[in-house]
Amino acid sequence: MSATRGLCMRTMMELDQSCSNLREYGSEQSLLSKPDGTSTFVQGDTSILAGVYGPAEVKVSKEIYDRATVEVLIQPKMGLPGVRERAREQCVRETCEAALLLTLHPRSSVTVVLQVVHDDGSLLSCCLNAACMALMDAGLPMSHLFCSVTCAISKEGQIITDPTARQEKESRALLTFAIDSAESSVLMSSTTGSFSVQELQQCIAISQKASEQIFQFYRDSVKRRYSKIK
Amino acid sequence: MDTIHACFKEKIGEVLLPGDVFSFRLPESGDGSIKTEKTICGPGLRRNGEEVQVCKSGILRHKQPNMYWIDSQQRRYVPAKGESVIGIVTAKSGDIFKVDVGGSEQASLSYLAFEGATKRNRPNVQVGDLVYGQFTIANKDMEPELVCIDSCGRANGMGVFGADGLLFKVSLGLVRRLLVPQSEIIKDLEKIFPFELVVGMNGRVWVKAKTVQQTLIVTNLLETCENMTSQQRQTLFKRVADGCL
Repeated sequence: MSATRGLCMRTMMELDQSCSNLREYGSEQSLLSKPDGTSTFVQGDTSILAGVYGPAEVKVSKEIYDRATVEVLIQPKMGLPGVRERAREQCVRETCEAALLLTLHPRSSVTVVLQVVHDDGSLLSCCLNAACMALMDAGLPMSHLFCSVTCAISKEGQIITDPTARQEKESRALLTFAIDSAESSVLMSSTTGSFSVQELQQCIAISQKASEQIFQFYRDSVKRRYSKIK
Repeated sequence: MDTIHACFKEKIGEVLLPGDVFSFRLPESGDGSIKTEKTICGPGLRRNGEEVQVCKSGILRHKQPNMYWIDSQQRRYVPAKGESVIGIVTAKSGDIFKVDVGGSEQASLSYLAFEGATKRNRPNVQVGDLVYGQFTIANKDMEPELVCIDSCGRANGMGVFGADGLLFKVSLGLVRRLLVPQSEIIKDLEKIFPFELVVGMNGRVWVKAKTVQQTLIVTNLLETCENMTSQQRQTLFKRVADGCL
């Protein structure tokens, strides 16, 4: 599994299979009263609750003199966090650092806490989407939004977006991409399994297409939230 | 040029997300006359070369003649110069008090920054007291500094307060609505029963009424009217006024 940053590919390939079929997704903001920003994100049966605290006080050992320190904690549904959670935390942290304007809050900390409520596949994607909505809810300054899509390549070579846990188990490769809203470029990628370069490019193109739906959904949820206050 | 205001005008009152960009392309004028217009970008908008980027989600607001900003719902306070806040004294170290204002750092308050304070005549401030003060220094690079006097040396309502009463926290949007001159929420609350109110721009509100029960009623009403439309709020206040009098 590798986490790479800054891939900027925009493929203009014609896709034969129009398979950006995402499961039913939903989200809610401002649920809890203590954190500065909270959100839940549900994709099919996978559900994540995210809480953001910041910009808050930071320990002197962890402070950075010219920008904010981002900390991410992922709590699994059962048991204590292990190595798998640490790897996911690193992916989420690097994506958040790319999107937030950290230089506006030097020597402070931004903490993102993600609780897995139910895991039915596409966990890292759901974590990233919930984190983005929670960061928006907390009012932290961001240069652009990000969302995440998971693609699974089955043994026959078919590409499935937003796979369930069973589809993930039966696939030969699993690719997760974080896409940004400004230029649809890839912010983070995390992959397991074996696949060809062509399949990689196809998955990136499919993810970029699917991300448009998710960004439109972000816009609609925030509009709905502010419609009461106007 | 008109293009700048035109770009903003069509989005006034709309909900914008981080990443939305207003880009201005000045038309090439043949006769060489370019009118420069000043546009003030408030909170939530950042200039990035020739573009203005939105960096917080919220509604775009406009104030004549040329001020634009994003009105966002937030709970976390970031200190800004000139704002009046309620702070809690956490420590006394030498000549300064450390005050918790709800930001990422504690603010410092000098003991000489009170009305009538001299080196011999120290103000009576204990750890745990509430103070209402203004920021003189508040930027991202330095520790924020509070004072409890204005530029003429008078207290003007600032200083230590809060012998009784209740301090609670609300969102920054509600606090701004309470501080608007002729605030509707305050006018509606006044009709129920009299009370004392101190509102800090860091989201902290202090309330004191004649009895403990009345204080709690005012607290609950203020906390719930965050998410209500003005219609719902007026019906709720009316119900409370009829019920308790």
